[in-house]
Amino acid sequence: MAILVIADHDNAALKPATLNAVAAAQKIGSDIHLLVAGQGAQGVAEAAAKVAGVSKVLLADDAAYQHHLPENVAPLVVGLAKGYGHVLAAATSEGKNLAPRVAALLDVAAISDITGVVSPDTFERPIYAGNAIATVQSADAIKVITVRATAFEAAAATGGSAAVETVSGTGDAGVSSFVGQELTKSERPELTQAKIVVSGGRGMQSGENFKLLEALADTLGAAVGASRAAVDAGFVPNDYQVGQTGKIVAPELYIAVGISGAIQHLAGMKDSKVIVAINKDEEAPIFQVADYGLVADLFKAVPELTAELDKVR
Amino acid sequence: MKVLVPVKRVVDYNVKIRVKADGTGVETANVKMSMNPFDEIAVEEAVRLKEAGKASEIIVVSVGPTAAQETLRTALAMGADRGILVQTDAETQPLAVAKVLKALVEQEGPTLVILGKQAIDDDCNQTGQMLAALLGWPQGTFASKVVPGEGTVTVTREIDGGLETVELKLPAVVTADLRLNEPRYASLPNIMKAKKKPIDTVAPDALGVDVAPRLTTLKVAEPPKRKAGVKVADVAALVDKLKNEARVI
Repeated sequence: MAILVIADHDNAALKPATLNAVAAAQKIGSDIHLLVAGQGAQGVAEAAAKVAGVSKVLLADDAAYQHHLPENVAPLVVGLAKGYGHVLAAATSEGKNLAPRVAALLDVAAISDITGVVSPDTFERPIYAGNAIATVQSADAIKVITVRATAFEAAAATGGSAAVETVSGTGDAGVSSFVGQELTKSERPELTQAKIVVSGGRGMQSGENFKLLEALADTLGAAVGASRAAVDAGFVPNDYQVGQTGKIVAPELYIAVGISGAIQHLAGMKDSKVIVAINKDEEAPIFQVADYGLVADLFKAVPELTAELDKVR
Repeated sequence: MKVLVPVKRVVDYNVKIRVKADGTGVETANVKMSMNPFDEIAVEEAVRLKEAGKASEIIVVSVGPTAAQETLRTALAMGADRGILVQTDAETQPLAVAKVLKALVEQEGPTLVILGKQAIDDDCNQTGQMLAALLGWPQGTFASKVVPGEGTVTVTREIDGGLETVELKLPAVVTADLRLNEPRYASLPNIMKAKKKPIDTVAPDALGVDVAPRLTTLKVAEPPKRKAGVKVADVAALVDKLKNEARVI
């Protein structure tokens, strides 16, 4: 049976996490179809058709899908799903919002945030903030799955030449409407895609002090993240949060500054290749996962580090 | 309007969990249990709606073992009016819980269901979306602000890029994110009062719901451990390590 992957996009471009979901689909089977539901999303469908390993793109272009409201998109997916053995989405805020709604309408379980494919019906997923890995087997005819992007190397964005097929929409369910959005604007790389991430915690003491981290990040071409404590304190917006219920990142280099290292934070970054911790408390749990720990006053160490890196890079 | 708040009893968020040696699950015997933190936020939001005169009654529900009564008592002490325990010792997966909740919604007739966006044990993040689907209601997931209006509720949601605001027709399901509010601590007088508030106990069968799990857990294992690292003396040493040993800069 073919696999349906739901594309995550903003009507203008495909979100990179979609490529990781396609990669997970490739571990399950070979006939992979990508669904683009949106409005004015022809360009996204064309990009989707180029993704390596995708054999068909389904484009549902309808005003009701402009903001991807799950009340409108779920019936579309449910209508299509009957012809598939698997329905996958990236475990982004959109995928997490939509997939369980689809699963319930199909009367099947949803399998959240998979990090491994053991066989077409058996998957690995983290539980308890990643402190245990469960292997679960589904007996349902259709497996509805969200994919943790950092666990699967992205499929190539080019090289494919799938046909684009138009599918008709299911209309507006009439129970929800989009009011507005406030998106954080940044010139820096996107947090979940960045090769280097610099994150700050409660130790930063204020939002103003995050400028120190931004300077360091800009020297490294890095993204800026934060712990829950820093977000709750209002230092930075919610979309900076790395952790169990925030963003999951796995960059080449993660620099944790003034972060104590609660298990909920570690859940979001412990798969990073190299972890650096800078904290004045030498007992901070973050040092237990850090490859390189520096016990120091961050207000002295961070500017010094930025200056040193300026010299060597 | 009536508000229904489902709550889950989970291993306390401060507990460092241990995987059972036989790989069948996580040790929960003699481990501190608490209300799922996201559900606490949901209870708090419902109580604030009641204090603001927008909610008339708050019903808390838990699906789980007899001990989940304690979790319901916590919610009652925070300000909920009455509790329902759907008693089962079986493993409860999100689809089954959503079906139980649907049956209770049909019985109790709430206008709003508020629950945590995810439980910190199975980390599924599914139940609210599933319940909304089964009821044909709209869903406001990952909520950081909830403003009831006339026949609608406006929900601000935490999404990957920032915030999104949607307007939902009531009845609706809302799932609480971290920054919706800061839950209160129940005061001693309220804890005492909560002991007198009613908790009904029902069986899933009585609600006509099959709670049999759809997923079989074959194995639970520890994740790969990171090797302990080293402490460096100063910034220069750190830069040297990153450049010459880790080769990441």
